[in-house]
Amino acid sequence: MPRVIVDVMPKPEILDPQGKAVHGALPRLGFNAVTDVRQGKRFELEVAAADEATLAEVHQLAGTLLSNPVIEDYTVRVDA
Amino acid sequence: MKIGVVTFPGSLDDSDARRAVRIAGGEAVALWHGDHDLKGVDAVILPGGFSYGDYLRCGAIARFAPVMTEVIAAADGGMPVLGICNGFQILCESHLLPGALIRNDHRHFICRDQTLKVENAATSWTSELSVGQEIVIPLKNGEGGFVADADTVARLEGDGRVVFRYVDVNPNGSINDIAGITNERGNVVGLMPHPEHAVEDLTGPGIDGLGLFTSALKSLTTA
Repeated sequence: MPRVIVDVMPKPEILDPQGKAVHGALPRLGFNAVTDVRQGKRFELEVAAADEATLAEVHQLAGTLLSNPVIEDYTVRVDA
Repeated sequence: MKIGVVTFPGSLDDSDARRAVRIAGGEAVALWHGDHDLKGVDAVILPGGFSYGDYLRCGAIARFAPVMTEVIAAADGGMPVLGICNGFQILCESHLLPGALIRNDHRHFICRDQTLKVENAATSWTSELSVGQEIVIPLKNGEGGFVADADTVARLEGDGRVVFRYVDVNPNGSINDIAGITNERGNVVGLMPHPEHAVEDLTGPGIDGLGLFTSALKSLTTA
């Protein structure tokens, strides 16, 4: 079964408190190379066929349910 | 006058909202998320809580509950609809109100008696309040930061659609201290703080919340 990956990320201008919390924890653990963290979501969708019609539907559901276009951006890709 | 209160899986404040309706002098009707039925109510309240466990995003799954088809159609037709806390999040996810609610900027859950300033007393839910009046009602949320793009915020401010603003402290990072907003028509109102918890001296910081419910009842009688 092909798998389609939908990544959802908070828009760059939207504050990401979760990412900030993760970033804040890193120096306490001795990791000092990271200058910023943003946290998003990854959805793995199993589909019968990764054809054009299916991908169009995935784009639609990603913009309708998986992400909120007011605060988030999404990308769709077929898992190799 | 009948005011319906929707119960979603994970709603917490539905019984308090029904109680507030009764104390305000209305008839409270329990509505179920899975029914395509508003049971003939004259207004609807979407209560606070954690519908569907706040999975995905707060309000994102509740927005597609069967009853919401009827709520959205009724709101578009002018029925008074009030969203409190999680209900506000559901109204934003439903696009009945613009913007979105994100995690508090300080990352802590907050629970306090919050002072609000009334900025719009022309909505279905605030007609018994007055502009400039300050009310104190409980606020309790983890994801109450109101955000919207600059154009939307300018439109809300310019059209007087900010209904409530936080006073003294901004408890969650909301843009322009916005605590509650309304739609263009003024029948749909959403706010993060909880008026239904301030309807009796015994169980809340006062009775400042009662005005929202009496406003709706009055707007229905005079409509």
